[in-house]
Amino acid sequence: MRIFLTAILFALSATAMADTLVYNITIKDHVFSPSVITIPVNQRVKFVIENQDVTPEEFEGLDFDVEKIIPGKTKSTVFVGPFAAGTYNFMGEFNADTAKGQIIVE
Amino acid sequence: MISTAIIVFREVLEAALIITILMAATRGVLNRGRWISGGVAGGVIGAFVVALFMGAIANSFEGMGQEIFNAVILLTAVCMLAWHNIWMASHAKELTTNLKHVGHQINEGTLPLYSLAIASGLAVLREGSEVVLFLYGIAAGGSSNLEMLSGGIAGLFIGAITGALLYFGMLRIPPQWLFKTTSWLILLMACGLASSAAGYLSQAGVLPSQIPLWNSDGLLSEKSILGELLHILIGYESRPTALQLSFYLATLVVITSGMIWANRSGTVAPQTRSRGI
Repeated sequence: MRIFLTAILFALSATAMADTLVYNITIKDHVFSPSVITIPVNQRVKFVIENQDVTPEEFEGLDFDVEKIIPGKTKSTVFVGPFAAGTYNFMGEFNADTAKGQIIVE
Repeated sequence: MISTAIIVFREVLEAALIITILMAATRGVLNRGRWISGGVAGGVIGAFVVALFMGAIANSFEGMGQEIFNAVILLTAVCMLAWHNIWMASHAKELTTNLKHVGHQINEGTLPLYSLAIASGLAVLREGSEVVLFLYGIAAGGSSNLEMLSGGIAGLFIGAITGALLYFGMLRIPPQWLFKTTSWLILLMACGLASSAAGYLSQAGVLPSQIPLWNSDGLLSEKSILGELLHILIGYESRPTALQLSFYLATLVVITSGMIWANRSGTVAPQTRSRGI
C-alpha cells in the first residue's frame, strides 16, 4: 500500500515540477537577500534558498502556510503560491529579529 | 531569552497536549504510563538523531525530504490514534463500567498500547527535533549559552505545566464522560494532523497546491495562543485548502465509521467476557 502510494506521489510530483519559475535567495548573517521578491499572480513558484550561515534557519510564511527548516551551509527548495495579488510576509523563525522578507504578488 | 522560551514553548506544547490527552484517555489502564513514557523517551532520542541528520533528510527526494518526512510522521500518528480510538470504542462499556477489568485486557494483550507509545513518540520526535535544531542554532550563533539554556528550560517547563494542567483538568471529568471527551479530542486531533500532512505534501509538490478556501487569520490568527491551541486540539487552520479540508473530513469519516463499527461489534462480547473475569 505504502509503495503504491509512494509511486503515485512520485508521478504527481514529476508533473508538478514542470515549468516552474525559480528564484534564488540567500541567507547570510541571518538576513534574506533579496528580501523582497516579486512573483506572478496565481502561480506556484520555486524558491531555492541557500543558507550560508552555519546555523539552521526556518523559512516560515506569516501570511501563507509554508514552514521549512534550512540547515546551516545547505540549499533547500521551497514552493510558494499560488497567491492572489498582494503582499505576503515571511520570516526566518529562528532569527525573527533580523530575518524578514516580503513576497509581492502582481 | 523570552523569544527562546516562546519558541520552545510552542514546540513543546503540541507534543505535551497529545501526550496528556492520551494519558487521560487511558486512565486506569495498566502499564499505560510505562508505554507512553517509553514512547516519549524514544521520541527525545529520535529528536536528536533527526536534528543531526536534518541536512541529509532535507536533501533526499529532490530536496523535498523534509516535507515528505513530516507528512509520513503525521500520517503514521493519525493511524496510531485511529487505531487507539477504534479499540477504545469497542471496549467502551468495560472501560466505563469497571476500570479494574481493563488490566486483564492488557494481560490478554488486546489493547494495542504500543500505538500510544508510537503516537506520543512521534509527537516528541517532530517537535523535539525543531527544538534541538533551534537551540543548536542559538548556541552556534554566539549568543549567551546560559541565556539560551534558561530560555529553553523555561519554555519546556511552561509547556509541560500546560499539559499537566490540562491532564488534571480532564481527570475531573467523570469517567463515563472522560472517555467520550478524550475520544472526541483524539478524533479531531487526528483529523488536524491529517490536514497538516496534506499541507506538507502540497508544499513538497507531491499534491497540487491550491489557493486557500478562506482566510480567517484576521478573525483568529494561527500564531495566537488560542489559535495555536485550537490548531493542535481540533486542527484549526486559518487558511485551509480544499485538499486539507478533504483530508480532514476523510479522516473524520473513516475513524468515526471505525468507531461505530467497533462499538456495535464490541457490545455483546465484552459483557460475556467481563462476567467471566
